[in-house]
Amino acid sequence: MINCQLVIIGGGSAGMASALKAYQEGIKDIIIIEKDDKLGGILNQCIHDGFGLDLFKEELSGPEYAYRFIQEIEKLNIRCFLSTFILGIDNDFNIKILNKDGVEIIKAHAIIFAAGCYERNAGAINLMGDRPSGIMSAGTAQKYLNIKGYMPSKRVVILGSGDIGLITARRMTLEGAEVLAVLEIMPYSNGLTRNIKQCLDDFNIPLYLSTTVKQVIGKSRLEKVIACRVDENGNFIDGSEIEFDCDTLLLSVGLIPNIGLIKDMGIRFSSTRGPVVDELLQTDKKGLFACGNCLHVHDLVDHVTNEGYLAGLGASLFLKNKIKENLNVEVIAKNYVSYVVPQYINTTLLDNITLKFRVKKPLKNVNIVISDDKRIIKRIPKLTLLPSQMENIVIKTLDLVQNNGKIYVDIEMKI
Amino acid sequence: MKQLTCIICPRGCQLTIDDNLNVTGNFCKRGQIYALEELTNPSRTLTTTIRVRNRKDVLIPVRTNKKVPKDKLFDIMQIINKTTVLAPCHINDVAIKNVLNLGVDIIFTSEIK
Ligand SMILES: Cc1cc2nc3c(=O)[nH]c(=O)nc-3n(C[C@H](O)[C@H](O)[C@H](O)COP(=O)(O)OP(=O)(O)OC[C@H]3O[C@@H](n4cnc5c(N)ncnc54)[C@H](O)[C@@H]3O)c2cc1C
Ligand code: SF4
Repeated sequence: MINCQLVIIGGGSAGMASALKAYQEGIKDIIIIEKDDKLGGILNQCIHDGFGLDLFKEELSGPEYAYRFIQEIEKLNIRCFLSTFILGIDNDFNIKILNKDGVEIIKAHAIIFAAGCYERNAGAINLMGDRPSGIMSAGTAQKYLNIKGYMPSKRVVILGSGDIGLITARRMTLEGAEVLAVLEIMPYSNGLTRNIKQCLDDFNIPLYLSTTVKQVIGKSRLEKVIACRVDENGNFIDGSEIEFDCDTLLLSVGLIPNIGLIKDMGIRFSSTRGPVVDELLQTDKKGLFACGNCLHVHDLVDHVTNEGYLAGLGASLFLKNKIKENLNVEVIAKNYVSYVVPQYINTTLLDNITLKFRVKKPLKNVNIVISDDKRIIKRIPKLTLLPSQMENIVIKTLDLVQNNGKIYVDIEMKI
Repeated sequence: MKQLTCIICPRGCQLTIDDNLNVTGNFCKRGQIYALEELTNPSRTLTTTIRVRNRKDVLIPVRTNKKVPKDKLFDIMQIINKTTVLAPCHINDVAIKNVLNLGVDIIFTSEIK
């Protein structure tokens, strides 16, 4: 049995940032548990550039961004258990692990959960037709190509126009595959416009909006994908079918927080599928914190890192017994707002609180309105809001002190 | 008049360039620089991987240390895919010097011990 003040589960950008912050706050007895054989998480396979613009004002590639943090962790000699699997966590924070040294129990005083997310696969969407090989998630293809150096296909159709799909389209094209189309069921793309430009337009890859896969055909290997346009209600429009002869269908149809390990700990989960947390990112279970993509899926790594710092701060305050819950504010997402993190504000320990949220559909010319039952706390005009872009609004804790009740995040249309 | 999407940052401003090369729609100055460059000499950073010869099944990610002309991307890919390197490799070290005589180096973006 190993006794440890703070155990961090997951060594991606969230986990590494949380370790560095906790260490800086005086918590030196830390173990990072990572199932991969190195730190960095998803960044290791994201070899494209575009990371760190907020934090470093530079356009780094994923591995370069990760390296800055890995270096810090190594310099501080923070203990990392790599290639280590977690068999289970009980309610007293006994973590059962398995690695080359065998099975061991780590007894933690606090846990930061930073296990990232996973991709929705073919089972999660309703694909009609055969089940040949050649259907895989875009992230899996990215891993084959960038880590294993193996090209999974020659002719590709990509379903879903989120950033992972777009970036994989460019990568496969550069490596000699032909990307025939990117299909998107919604009337708008979920990817950044810069990625549509530099990943699709640059290589003349067509993007079909309001279009999805109707049928897949193939005996052992995929041979054909039949795409079809859909109406506003998502029903196929007869006669609008397009056939693509292809050996691969890549799915880029959404990411889901990876919460398997903590789902039976008696805590609540929100509509993000991640746990409900307060402003210090503490879950319902005292001493259990969450950050990064296992809390809610992020588009920018800079935000993940900042969230990691916050969880590291929260866990260190917990370990120093400094968390006194003197507030009781619930944060509620209204109408077009699909979720807000955090869901609760329980202390006055932070001067400012960042509310993070997404909208349900693209909106133009609106105000973001933060209010309580009596008054408007903040109103921020916005030209555009997109579901694919997480919004950050900072509010002052002082504005809540008289409140103890509910605050609302709402969108109002400008007339 | 020309319409462009700025790709310098995630904001993705829609730029308009009129016949006198005046740029509008850019939130910051970098958009203006990008627009003029995109019209005269569109260039991109290339990121890819190189095989490490003395390690089994290991690739190391690399990038161009400057932007390269867009129409040279596939030519550079060909050279990189014909090249292998020897570990250890250090971040920012040069993997291929002055590729295609463009005055641009291919550099490692990760470490292999
Ligand atoms: C394909 C892709 C492309 C992206 N492109 C960009 C971009 O261009 N620019 C940008 O700013 N952002 C981008 N992002 C977003 C951002 O980089 C990620 O959201 C961020 O890196 C996620 O960090 P994380 O620590 O939450 O998760 P991860 O990096 O996924 O880390 C989670 C870690 O936990 C480990 N783990 C999971 N379960 C266990 C377990 N049971 N035991 C031990 N360890 C475990 C995993 O192995 C992993 O290392 C991209 C994201 C993806 C997925
Ligand atoms: S103009 Fe400036 S803010 Fe707009 S996308 Fe370009 S770099 Fe970003």
